[in-house]
Amino acid sequence: MARSLSPRRKLITTLSAWTVALIIFFPVLWMILTSFKTEPSAVAMPPQFLSADWTLENYVEVWARSDYPRFFWNSVVISVGSTLLGLAFAIPAAWAMAFVPGKKTKDLLMWMLSTKMMPAVAVMIPLYLLFLKLGLIDTKIGLVMALMLMNLPIIIWMLYTYFKEIPGEILEAARMDGAGLWNEIIHVLTPMALPGIASTMLLNIILAWNEAFWTIVLTTTKAAPLSAFIASFSAPQGLFYAKLSAASAMAILPILILGWFSQKQLVRGLTFGAVK
Amino acid sequence: MTKTLRALMGATALVALSGAAMAETTITVATVNNGDMVRMQGLMDDFYAKHPDIKVEWVTLEENVLRQNVTTDIATGGGQYDVITIGTYEVPIWAKQGWLESLNDLPADYDVDDLLPAIRGGLTVDGNLYASPFYGESSFVNYRKDLAEKAGITIPDAPTWDDIKKAAAAMTDTANGIYGICLRGKAGWGENMAFLTTMANSYGARWFDENWVPQFDQPEWKAVMTDYVELLTKYGPPGASNNGYNENLTLSLQGKCAMRMDATVSAGSLTDPAQSEFADKVGFALAPDAGLGKRANWLWAWSLAVPASSDAKDAAKTFVNWATNKDYIALVASKEGWRNAPPGTRTSLYSNPEYAALPFAKMTIDSINAADPTNPTVKPVPYVGVQFVAIPEFAGLATSVGEIFSAALAGQKTVDEALAEAQALAVSEMTAAGYIK
Amino acid sequence: MSTQSSRLAARLMVAPSVAVLLIWMIVPLAMTLYYSFRLYRLISPERTGWTGFTNYVWFFQSPEFWLAMGNTLALVGGVLAITVVLGLLIALLIDQPVKGQGILRILVIAPFFVMPPVAASILENLFMHPQNGLFAAIAMGFGAQPILFLQDYPMLSVIGIVSWEWLPFSTLILLTALQSLSSEQLEAAEMDGASAFNRFRFIILPHATRAITVVILIQTIFLLGIFGEIFTTTQGGPGSASTTLPYMIFKQAIAAKDIGRAAAGGIIAVILANIVAYFLMRGIGRHLDA
Repeated sequence: MARSLSPRRKLITTLSAWTVALIIFFPVLWMILTSFKTEPSAVAMPPQFLSADWTLENYVEVWARSDYPRFFWNSVVISVGSTLLGLAFAIPAAWAMAFVPGKKTKDLLMWMLSTKMMPAVAVMIPLYLLFLKLGLIDTKIGLVMALMLMNLPIIIWMLYTYFKEIPGEILEAARMDGAGLWNEIIHVLTPMALPGIASTMLLNIILAWNEAFWTIVLTTTKAAPLSAFIASFSAPQGLFYAKLSAASAMAILPILILGWFSQKQLVRGLTFGAVK
Repeated sequence: MTKTLRALMGATALVALSGAAMAETTITVATVNNGDMVRMQGLMDDFYAKHPDIKVEWVTLEENVLRQNVTTDIATGGGQYDVITIGTYEVPIWAKQGWLESLNDLPADYDVDDLLPAIRGGLTVDGNLYASPFYGESSFVNYRKDLAEKAGITIPDAPTWDDIKKAAAAMTDTANGIYGICLRGKAGWGENMAFLTTMANSYGARWFDENWVPQFDQPEWKAVMTDYVELLTKYGPPGASNNGYNENLTLSLQGKCAMRMDATVSAGSLTDPAQSEFADKVGFALAPDAGLGKRANWLWAWSLAVPASSDAKDAAKTFVNWATNKDYIALVASKEGWRNAPPGTRTSLYSNPEYAALPFAKMTIDSINAADPTNPTVKPVPYVGVQFVAIPEFAGLATSVGEIFSAALAGQKTVDEALAEAQALAVSEMTAAGYIK
Repeated sequence: MSTQSSRLAARLMVAPSVAVLLIWMIVPLAMTLYYSFRLYRLISPERTGWTGFTNYVWFFQSPEFWLAMGNTLALVGGVLAITVVLGLLIALLIDQPVKGQGILRILVIAPFFVMPPVAASILENLFMHPQNGLFAAIAMGFGAQPILFLQDYPMLSVIGIVSWEWLPFSTLILLTALQSLSSEQLEAAEMDGASAFNRFRFIILPHATRAITVVILIQTIFLLGIFGEIFTTTQGGPGSASTTLPYMIFKQAIAAKDIGRAAAGGIIAVILANIVAYFLMRGIGRHLDA
């Protein structure tokens, strides 16, 4: 929607957009600022902005106290692994449902979503026992599978929506040109679906990255990701907000950087100049 | 079989044996993220120097999360942990289930007789020690001496509830953000119910009578709840129904609580100038009584235990001995000062003149000694435990009762309504659990 | 393009997903169903056996139950209303060609990167706290009494926290939908003198309908299961004022360690969720075909 605006409207739009964005972002900003304060300064009243005791001490301590690189690596493997595996299952399924819809397609989609309806705590013990029997407790492969299955319905749904946006005429045209099914997927569909796939991927990496129930219940040391890292800094005895903020900032930073690099891809969305 | 072959095989076996002896045993240790435990992780060089054949993997988690994970593991026989950190409430219950390894065979240098009798008693079942205390605590009163002076009052070392009420009223200065008293209001068996149960003990109230019939319909409980709600609504910080241990500690460190009743273990933070600008103005007193012979103080020990499902019990016990030995306390003291030594576990610590010189040492040991888990109440009860009832159903029941009481504190219910609800709930749960026939 | 062969190919492509999800659904569901009729307390394993409908009866007789049902619906409805309406407005705003669009979008999405328990803890302690929070400081700056968020407005506070977490999700999905709207169409409408409201009402809204439907459906599923934020902040209280059905189950599973009751609660929650989903599909499901 790249339209040109009058300068005055542009100014108003810019100002309001930035105001809204800063309000939404403010708690994150405040958390990051807090991570550079000393603990007493973090809870000082009135809140301290410029007069705060600034320090890097929290980061030093958080780094020294836990094996951050290991938690980080586990988070990467689990979130990326489960997302890629999920895409491998979901792309064909969503493609089929979007382009060859049957009478039951909607019911099937809804049923898939319904597999997520069981509250996690209710199945905690059954699933734990299952994982124990299968020897999957505290393994990355176990978590990759669990998170993949947990998010698969979401991945399929999102892809389905994006694929639905791709106009059938393009496919028809490609077919007229004599392209086979495989060619059709590789050369016609994939380029058009890429932005959708990319944003689905990013969203699911974030969902998996932030999952903080199963990743803690099903791990101890070897496969424990950043959610467990965070849980070791929240609510100990005494002041902890600055350290919790530092730990959180360290947990967010990688995904924030990923978001930064992929946001263009992410929000470019589906722009099919060809037809529309 | 030829001689050479036999010799060869023998040699191989020898190599295999020595290989096994040299091989590292890895143990997984689950701890809460409290300061004393975190400090231990920084002192591991000492352990590795003494025991190069044992490697320790840490699982450090916030208390609630840790409890959830450890309970799940131990109850399902998961065997993920070799050393677990559990409290005085869990030890007797889990020991009876056969989930814990007895620690009677710790080496002589462990010096089991040096453990504080009250703490040791809580971790012993049928004469067997099932967990080794890492740090122990009771509860007491901490207050700002400067505010007491300004208000023209003195808080006796062994106050009564009347003293506390007067002091709270005198020191409250809402206009300047000073609250006369901070007590736990957040719902939970380890939060508001820990405090309220000790307060009830001192008021002559009890959870159950000898036949496990809940007693919330008795006048003693009404007195407890009336005073509790009145104290906090008149003199406490606004929003007290959401304040737990941490929230009140934060307010105390900021000097906003003129007086607070909570765990003795927080004395280390309160007197630490790096954490509080009021560190040199903190006074301590025993938890109050109502003249009935019981003080409102609890008894708790975060302790290390070895699950029966562990496959490295010997290495686990070696670690437990190292972490809870006198030598470890001395190690902490030499590296980080006596203030930071894990408190409340050993007699020898309190007879050490350097430690006894700390402002909170005597009050802590007196508080611990004043708690009696086997005889916690004025009237007889069928249970042990000071701020808890050592039955498996307690955690769930007390959390629900705690919610009802926090609603009373928030003004959503009257004291009478809350007590009636708590009574009905407790009767139905105790009946369902088979205690009331 | 639905030939016989393409239908077969489509089935084969859907089959693996269906198969794994079927296993993933049936095994835990069967185990939960089994436990829901059992007496199973984690800490007292010696007391065991079939209990019929006792666990279910406990839920229905609990004085908290109906309140919790109401709170669950309030949480889902409240968060959906806030995130969809605000999400659409924000998506429209940051879709405009303004300066620093890239940074702007990252700022808006940022809350989604914060782990839910941390988000709840930070908002509770650094913002809503009646003595140390930023909101209290602002209130006192105006000479007003700080609002006791968690004590006096527990459900609204939880809704606020969860909405902040989920706002980026809806904004992102809706933004992606807006991207595919052709600008010619909007410009043409503007030339014809259509007011901003009418352009929104007759062009943008219909175009975004499917995206809104997806946001509602996906978020509903997530929101129906929320308990972590409640545990971190209000603990379901004061009293039961902010207890939802999942939080009730959480208390049975985690505090009371009563696996049987938690399982029965899980079954009730699944049934409830299916009822909600059924009405949702009847209400808005047709937009999926658009």
